[in-house]
Amino acid sequence: MAVPKENIRNFSIIAHIDHGKSTLADRLLELTDSVAKRDMTAQLLDDMELERERGITIKAHAVKLDYKAKDGKTYELNLIDTPGHVDFNYEVSRSLAACEGAVLIVDASQGIEAQTLANTYLALDHNLELVPVINKIDLPAAEPDRVAAEVEDVIGLDCSNAPRVSAKTGENVEQVLERIVEDIPAPEANDDLPLRALIFDSVYDNYKGVIVYVRVMEGTLKAGETMRMMATGAEFNVVEVGYMRAPSMEPCAELTAGEVGYITASIKTVRDAKVGDTVTKVQRPASEPLPGYRKVNPMVFCGVYPADGADYEALRDALEKLQLNDASLSYEPETSGALGFGFRCGFLGLLHLEIIQERLEREYLLDLVTTVPSVIYKIHLRDGSVVEVDNPTHYPDPGDIDFAEEPITNAHIYAPADYVGAIMDLCQDRRGVFKDMTYITKERVDIHYELPLNEIIYDFFDVLKSRTRGYASFDYEIAGYQRSNLQKLDVLLNGDMVDALSFIIHNDKAMARARRIAERLKETIPRQMFEIPIQIAIGSKVIARETVRAMRKDVLAKCYGGDITRKKKLLEKQKEGKKRMRQFGTVEVPQEAFMAVLKLEDNT
Amino acid sequence: MSAGLYFHIPFCARKCDYCDFYSFTPTDGRMDAYRDALIRSIDRFAPAVTAPFDTVYFGGGTPSFFGGARIRAVLDAARAALPLAPGAEITVECNPSSTTEALAASLAAAGVNRVSLGLQSAVAAERAALGRTSTPQQAETALQRLRRNGITNLSLDLMLGLPGQTAATLRESLRFVSESGVPHVSAYLLKVEENTPLFAKKETLAFPDEDSVCDFYLQTAEALEQGGLRQYEISNFARPGFESRHNLHYWRDEAYLGLGPAAHSFFGGKRFFFPRDFDAFLRGDPPVQDGDGGDPEEFCMLRLRLAEGLSDGAFRERFGKHLPEGMFRKAKALETHGLLCVTQDTIALTKQGFLVSNAIIGELVAVL
Repeated sequence: MAVPKENIRNFSIIAHIDHGKSTLADRLLELTDSVAKRDMTAQLLDDMELERERGITIKAHAVKLDYKAKDGKTYELNLIDTPGHVDFNYEVSRSLAACEGAVLIVDASQGIEAQTLANTYLALDHNLELVPVINKIDLPAAEPDRVAAEVEDVIGLDCSNAPRVSAKTGENVEQVLERIVEDIPAPEANDDLPLRALIFDSVYDNYKGVIVYVRVMEGTLKAGETMRMMATGAEFNVVEVGYMRAPSMEPCAELTAGEVGYITASIKTVRDAKVGDTVTKVQRPASEPLPGYRKVNPMVFCGVYPADGADYEALRDALEKLQLNDASLSYEPETSGALGFGFRCGFLGLLHLEIIQERLEREYLLDLVTTVPSVIYKIHLRDGSVVEVDNPTHYPDPGDIDFAEEPITNAHIYAPADYVGAIMDLCQDRRGVFKDMTYITKERVDIHYELPLNEIIYDFFDVLKSRTRGYASFDYEIAGYQRSNLQKLDVLLNGDMVDALSFIIHNDKAMARARRIAERLKETIPRQMFEIPIQIAIGSKVIARETVRAMRKDVLAKCYGGDITRKKKLLEKQKEGKKRMRQFGTVEVPQEAFMAVLKLEDNT
Repeated sequence: MSAGLYFHIPFCARKCDYCDFYSFTPTDGRMDAYRDALIRSIDRFAPAVTAPFDTVYFGGGTPSFFGGARIRAVLDAARAALPLAPGAEITVECNPSSTTEALAASLAAAGVNRVSLGLQSAVAAERAALGRTSTPQQAETALQRLRRNGITNLSLDLMLGLPGQTAATLRESLRFVSESGVPHVSAYLLKVEENTPLFAKKETLAFPDEDSVCDFYLQTAEALEQGGLRQYEISNFARPGFESRHNLHYWRDEAYLGLGPAAHSFFGGKRFFFPRDFDAFLRGDPPVQDGDGGDPEEFCMLRLRLAEGLSDGAFRERFGKHLPEGMFRKAKALETHGLLCVTQDTIALTKQGFLVSNAIIGELVAVL
């Protein structure tokens, strides 16, 4: 039963992490009877185990709510939940583009924080109507008046009508629904124009194939029609259209302009339904796609290997399955002298990498070793050719190299003005080039730097957060390639090169990094039965060295009264320990060593 | 093949600070009740016994505190119910302070022919740190009494890594051992076990660092070998022919039956043990099963504790197949670091190797 278009409201919820986004979403679902109380698990929208645990939303989600407002009319509310990390900024922007408004949650005890502001500006960029909500009024430390004043001051949003709620207890949450209905405009929607529907997410389903989540901007679509993806050109026969309901799908006859819904069309892979692409109809196609589509390319690459070589097939199957649902994940087979058979995988950023790694380990029960992440370098050779290198192992012989280029980003950091010094120190240290700085408000600045991508993929965000006590937010986009003085560092253990630990680095940083890595490896590699020299080398020149001393004592002196259980247990424990180790020549290296060489800062 | 018979005596006059073995100070009548329970358990197992026992071992706790008469009663019951090989090695662990003339005489009369005496250290301060009350002089007296009664197969226990121990104090203990003329010494590295008084006060004690302890171990081995006591196991040294035949059963992965709470057995191909529960043993509760014993891994793990090492011949005799090639390959690699001595047939740990034996054994058995 379709409602009149003027009764549709499409909105997102934006908030700083832990300000209660998912909890409020749950309450809205309950209040609109969209889901039976008994089916409520906490934070229904974050359905990945990992999302609940990390408290972040990784995939976008959407749900349609029916709300009978105080004015007696029934409204169709479409809540589009967004991911919340810089790795997924593009996905966020597409979700926001599907809305007319956004609910901005601010924690009554903490006030405006980094992501509050970053998300606000992102929403304003999309011309969204903002509905401020002061949450967590049940907390003893809550100061709703002060926080409301802050929101008015800093963001310039009128908070006189801002609901003050406790998403946890449910207090005043119905006011949020009223504000959505009153303040957020209905979509401007014309059913008679050629179809243009924005894809803001797609997920793979074992039975239906890819389920495409769309916001219909103009036109209509129903089952049996043929649709075309405007960016990829792929065409499909629509099998089913419908609405996202909690907790399941609800097919409908037709999706019309202004609505949010899903399409299934026996699509085999999410690559054919890319986020940001525009769906139109083959019969009467739109002339222009919707603005804002961007091809999302992996930026960060690393080798992913099964700890046990026998799991290679299982790893391939798992990557294949994950890719069904994640168009930005790429992988291809590679071989390492040290690690055997594995895959070179491409990711949007380091968080994306960590998430995929964790999902492989948890959902597919794989034990993995991952190598140092790398970006794509363009190496210009003396013979005039250019090679793209995303794996240090393939770095050409220095004698053949004319010059090298590395990817550069335009990075914006939003933070309270107090932290400008700390942030500039960090960016300087990461070879950043200062561009400009603008005051967003009296207290907050936008610092613009050009930063090499390889300086931000490891731990930049972690360090930034720790140096600004979590108040800074960070966004970047690729700005192109720049000539750079690069070196490849190799790690030798007991004289044997460990190809999986090689990495590419700027010449100015090679020495310090080499020393740090040698130290880190010394800390991470457990003492073994004999002494192990650690050497870091550029070509044949060793620039840093450490030694892991031989273990001296590891003995169960007494095997008393024939009780050998303890000895057996020890043996079992040793075997368990061995599983976390990789054998390189004569040296055993724990998997942590691979991560340890990445995270070199002490203050994270 | 003959087997070993072990009796656990869970009684002590007073528990030492480092000890986490199962023992307690008994109240009146408990020791007699226990003697009877041991005898009942002998009778219970007798029907299952096929091979003769060639060693008997009373360990503890403090068997000397249990007393000669009770030990004799248990031994008599064992002789009556079980096949005991002629010339069996019969060992009793004794505490110097409870080794009276009368005890020595009654042990000898009961047929005991070997005594292991807990010395730990000849240095008063080190003994005090362990909560040992007896003195080195008492140990000397005890040895004299035992010898006078014809028990000459004697062993002393030493401990390495004691609080306050130095190369010099260790030399003192080693001199004491050498002058005592015993043909067998066990030298253990002190391990501070949780739930012991020593663990509780370990922060207040000056333990020698790991490197020193390793040096002590090598110093001990050298001094003992110079005195003619050859190292035959990680912690054991003996004049040729005086090795503990009973303990060799453990390390050669041979059968033994252990009776008493906390006693372990490898018997009839099964491993089992009695729980650390005195009353359960008095009631005659059955032991806890611990699965099959004697697999190749266990065999290798135990044999590698011995200086004679793990031989392909012995392995083949037991399992009807060769040791894997890979084990010899790994052993060869470790031999270059001085940790092993490898021949055509045998893999044996060196003294340096014994110090890291857990790691080496883990490495070698991984190829099985």
